[in-house]
Amino acid sequence: MLLILISIVALVILALIFGAVLGFAAVRFKVEGNPIVDQLDALLPQTQCGQCSHPGCRPYAQAIADGLDGINKCPPGGESTIAAIADLLGVDPEPLDAEHGEEKDVKLVAVIREDECIGCTKCIQACPVDAILGAAKQMHTVISDECTGCDLCVEPCPVDCIDMLPVTKPMQSWHWPKPVAAQLIITDKG
Amino acid sequence: MNMHHYTLHDFKGGIHPEQNKSQSTGQDISTAGIPKILILPISQHIGAPAVPLVKVGDVVLKGQVIAQGEDFVSCNLHAPTSGVISAISEAPVPNQSGMQDTCIQITTDGNDSWPPIKGLDNYLDAEPQALIEAISQAGISGMGGAGFPTHVKASIPASKIDTLIINAAECEPYITSDDALMRENAADIIKGIEILQAILKPQQCYIGIEDNKPEAIKALQDALKENKDDTHGIHVVVIPTKYPSGGEKQLIQILTGLEVPVAGLPADIGIVCQNIGTVRAIFQAVALGRPLISRITTITGDTVAHPQNFEVLLGTPVQYLLEQAGCDQNKIQRLIMGGPMMGFTITDNQIPVTKTSNCIIAATHNELADPAMEQACIRCGMCTQACPAQLLPQQLLWFAKSSNLDQAQAHNISDCIECGACSYVCPSNIPLVQYYRFAKGEIKQAKADKQSSEQAKLRFDTRNARLEREEAEKAEKRKARAEAAAKKQAAKKDAPPTEDATAAASDPAAELKGLKQKVLASQTRVDKARERLSMAQEQNLDTAGALQLGLDKQIEKLAIAQKNLEQANS
Repeated sequence: MLLILISIVALVILALIFGAVLGFAAVRFKVEGNPIVDQLDALLPQTQCGQCSHPGCRPYAQAIADGLDGINKCPPGGESTIAAIADLLGVDPEPLDAEHGEEKDVKLVAVIREDECIGCTKCIQACPVDAILGAAKQMHTVISDECTGCDLCVEPCPVDCIDMLPVTKPMQSWHWPKPVAAQLIITDKG
Repeated sequence: MNMHHYTLHDFKGGIHPEQNKSQSTGQDISTAGIPKILILPISQHIGAPAVPLVKVGDVVLKGQVIAQGEDFVSCNLHAPTSGVISAISEAPVPNQSGMQDTCIQITTDGNDSWPPIKGLDNYLDAEPQALIEAISQAGISGMGGAGFPTHVKASIPASKIDTLIINAAECEPYITSDDALMRENAADIIKGIEILQAILKPQQCYIGIEDNKPEAIKALQDALKENKDDTHGIHVVVIPTKYPSGGEKQLIQILTGLEVPVAGLPADIGIVCQNIGTVRAIFQAVALGRPLISRITTITGDTVAHPQNFEVLLGTPVQYLLEQAGCDQNKIQRLIMGGPMMGFTITDNQIPVTKTSNCIIAATHNELADPAMEQACIRCGMCTQACPAQLLPQQLLWFAKSSNLDQAQAHNISDCIECGACSYVCPSNIPLVQYYRFAKGEIKQAKADKQSSEQAKLRFDTRNARLEREEAEKAEKRKARAEAAAKKQAAKKDAPPTEDATAAASDPAAELKGLKQKVLASQTRVDKARERLSMAQEQNLDTAGALQLGLDKQIEKLAIAQKNLEQANS
């Protein structure tokens, strides 16, 4: 009987000690915020386009982290972003959800046809990255270096004077393409 | 020359390709002459493109600045001869991409007229800053290949530099432009080195030159002897011929035994490296006041009847040069700018010679065959033995092929100098260096994308913060207004008579007027209330009682107002 009592007491003491250690660690080494959200946010393309139906990239990262949304809802990021998120979370990559849009091959930039602009400021309010410059009843223009190509400004324009044009790459940002893969047999050339 | 007090080092790897240099060294340098048009890309150097100062139709003199390097890391561009600016437009430029870039086109007038030019007097006694300024004005950029603005390298604080290395190795096959320059202009080169010594004040200065150029070595040594003053400490160091000993990092390793750190510059280990052609341009700029408007270019290859070196005006189209050298242009299979190892194929023979164009090879099919079919890697390890940067080419190949950029970076792909030794030795004909170039480009692109996405995030966050702040400010204002109104109400309720009294005391006339208005308003309200009451009574509504009460109150207020008015009047 005594033996049982001693062992119970010993276990209780041990439990208390470990509990104290764990409790201390939980307070002392507490991680502020959810680091996985930051990591996910860093993988997303930051176009803030809302095509994932979240108001910006971070809310989408939050939704993925909370398990509320799939990892395949980001058309600007495309397959490579999905693969990176899948790798981070240790899940299987999924094909891009076509409901939210398609991955574009070329980067786009918004361009305002300036002589048609009536200066309504609606696009300025729509731009998530403040890349449109202008004032009421003054012509607006896009700061093309800051434009993420999200096309959120196109819809609100009452006179449809905003075009999404492909970005012309300067020679300085050109780089070598991947060499064509080996063609060992003549039929490989297809 | 004292050559006993230092030992040569070696770098790991390297290859010994066919030299093919003797074809073009048989003749002296000839002047290519003035073509009808010159095409000058505004970006012939690393850094920001020069900004054109001229417009179409302007008449320019030889040596006149036609585009200005506005940033520190940029270069001026001068008119190589006199003529008229006939276009400023997009044109094919010598670049691996085969893309077009902005070029200034000059229709030459054949007069070749200079404005008066003058160098610095007693330039060796001049302030380093004045020398650097002269170099900067002359628009000199590295003439060995990369085209880094020379005044930037010359601006490294002298205290950081103990060794000046002049790169005369010229290790690539076919190219002999530096060789020819040294044979014929050794004295200018030595004077150019003295200018660099006056700027950078190095303790020692080596000219690194491969042993396949005996005439050039002799010419340099003779020029040094003529200079009598043996204290200037310039040493001609003859190194064994091996490709790529002319690579900056490799040459430094051969001469000093030191290695340039990863992602570092030679200046980090106290070394500045300059190409021999650049040194001559420095001499011409400082001593003669002549800007960089021409260079020595080798025209060679089996289709060329008289392979030789030309003094070429910058902007001269390749086609004009090929004609001068007697090239049978129908036979050209591949036209290469630069050497066969690191040069690039050009497809348009109107592409101009720029500050970095050291060689043009017009090759037949036999000479430079099309790349053979790529086969599977057999893990022979020859690329690893050939790599002068001591990287792991096989590993890098897998990572580049699978676009595994993180791993490629972890295996130091950034240290690859793209010399092509690995591709040269590969028995499976794998274009290894092409894969590395692709991977390096992807890494650069990914970095740029990352940067712009971070910028977008910052702007998005800042915008959200601004919107929140504006919203908060609005709410604050609303609250303040509501509070003020409530306070006013409370104050009115608490002490209306005193307020009236003080107000009356302060301005009796205004108070009187106010009181009169109050009486009138009360009168109207009483009338209205009476009307409503009588209407309600007529229709026998339940609200009649309440309206009666309201009327009583209004009458009471009217009485108070009248009383106040009377008091005020008396």
